[in-house]
Amino acid sequence: MADFDQELDASGLNCPLPILRAKKTLAGMESQQVLHIIATDPGAIKDFEAFAKQTGNELLDSKEEGGKFFFMIKKS
Amino acid sequence: MSDKKLAIIATKGTLDWAYPPFILASTAAALGYEVEIFFTFYGLKLLEKKLNVQVTSVGNPGMPMPMPMPVLLQALPGMQGMMTAMMKAKMKKKGVASLEELRSLCVEAEVKMIACQMTVDLFDMDSSNFIDGVELGGAATLFEFAGEADVSLFI
Repeated sequence: MADFDQELDASGLNCPLPILRAKKTLAGMESQQVLHIIATDPGAIKDFEAFAKQTGNELLDSKEEGGKFFFMIKKS
Repeated sequence: MSDKKLAIIATKGTLDWAYPPFILASTAAALGYEVEIFFTFYGLKLLEKKLNVQVTSVGNPGMPMPMPMPVLLQALPGMQGMMTAMMKAKMKKKGVASLEELRSLCVEAEVKMIACQMTVDLFDMDSSNFIDGVELGGAATLFEFAGEADVSLFI
């Protein structure tokens, strides 16, 4: 069930790399496409909320499972 | 995208203090900010093509040490190099970006970097050793941008 268009594995990366990598990946995507991000940095939860709010890209989903964090971001 | 502006004055030339300007600049740029960093005094070291910055615990009682160590011992020759190597290894292990990577992300995001002309002259630095794109300027140059900035930081 690929309910996203691209995936970014930012596991093991620390602040601010997950955000910077996400920004870079989104830059190469089309409007309305969805990016799935995997991260292990606990700070990423708040950071992706803040990123979405400030860039206008929509945070569709944010969840934690087994020590990893998963985000779905729709490009504005 | 936002049209906010961030101005940073970077004055420190140690490994630890090199991080805040580049982390904040690259993140702000990712959020859509227009960013300018004004490098002055020891901060100029952060502009050199070959980054050579070190960290020391001397004069910094707040630095976490793997084992307690008297200050005089910390000041011995070779200790600074050892601390720098240890810090870099720890950063790598924790997935913290290298300074080189953060700086190149800033360059890529078109963060404007200004080298303070006065301190370049004061330290007899050769500005041809700086990375490409660095402009030289003075305090008035800084205020041209910082005067319009939404956030201004002195680091």
